[in-house]
Amino acid sequence: MSSCKEDDPRIDGIQSRIRVVPNFPKPGIMFQDITTVLLDPRAFKDTIDLFVERYKSKNITVVAGIEARGFIFGPPIALAIGAKFVPLRKPKKLPGKVIREEYDLEYGSDCLEMHVGAVEPEERALVVDDLIATGGTLCAAMNLLERAGAEVVECACVIEIPDLKGRDRLNGKPLFVLVESQ
Amino acid sequence: MSSCKEDDPRIDGIQSRIRVVPNFPKPGIMFQDITTVLLDPRAFKDTIDLFVERYKSKNITVVAGIEARGFIFGPPIALAIGAKFVPLRKPKKLPGKVIREEYDLEYGSDCLEMHVGAVESEERALVVDDLIATGGTLCAAMNLLERAGAEVVECACVIEIPDLKGRDRLNGKPLFVLVESQ
Repeated sequence: MSSCKEDDPRIDGIQSRIRVVPNFPKPGIMFQDITTVLLDPRAFKDTIDLFVERYKSKNITVVAGIEARGFIFGPPIALAIGAKFVPLRKPKKLPGKVIREEYDLEYGSDCLEMHVGAVEPEERALVVDDLIATGGTLCAAMNLLERAGAEVVECACVIEIPDLKGRDRLNGKPLFVLVESQ
Repeated sequence: MSSCKEDDPRIDGIQSRIRVVPNFPKPGIMFQDITTVLLDPRAFKDTIDLFVERYKSKNITVVAGIEARGFIFGPPIALAIGAKFVPLRKPKKLPGKVIREEYDLEYGSDCLEMHVGAVESEERALVVDDLIATGGTLCAAMNLLERAGAEVVECACVIEIPDLKGRDRLNGKPLFVLVESQ
């Protein structure tokens, strides 16, 4: 089931530290900036703790983080729950053999890559990013993990933009977020 | 003083998990791939612990991580020592007001940006990246922090390539690394 942590008292502190920047990266977009959360050690710790509490007993063996802001939240979660961390990157950043998944943008397309051999069949995976908008990137991330034989247990984001219906693009996989933004 | 942790028993495990990929990103470069360290939860934890043990009593208030692999190591260190985390990014990634520092590449130049207001005067800063090569990026990172009025206490990297003499480009600031690579 998809869920959102509305009732935990730590959520207010996290949400209040998200900075909305209008017209970035282009006119009409209200950008949800999480860097201001990272400037408050308590809020940053609470963010990680909320994810760790949820996943520590779920036998997650791999946390996959989407470049680049997924690299900020994924590793602390992985370290706390004893899972490996696998970076999912834009093309040509990872050295050696990779598998690649293409996904659509509003105009054109982009790709996500993962190392061959990073993930083994039947591993239990968590996908982490700072925010889910249309769900295109998360969907590509899940596909990479499933192509490697892993089971995606859940996707986890700090923020969801519900109007963009990204949740519906996750092929029925559950999504867990801390904050919903309009 | 610059130093390298040669005697700690955890170093062998970390070093043995670094994967060298020849001819990446271009012919002649032996790329030091740290993603294989992240696949071993024990080695990843040891990496972070070695940094945390060094910095936890140094009153560091801000950990600055260089995009993108500095985002993997910086946040866990920041969380463990109670410091804020500040991402230093390639151009046009950070929303809102930024300060920018240009630095030379082998051919051409690049820029690093930091949010205005992320760092305050007299803060004590640690700069983190996975590797120091020529030191150009680290030097730009230090300049950003010093322009904001912070004191850079030290630069910390998992790997140093000593032959490239990056250590000499740090304006006398100390550099701490776990592993030296030829």
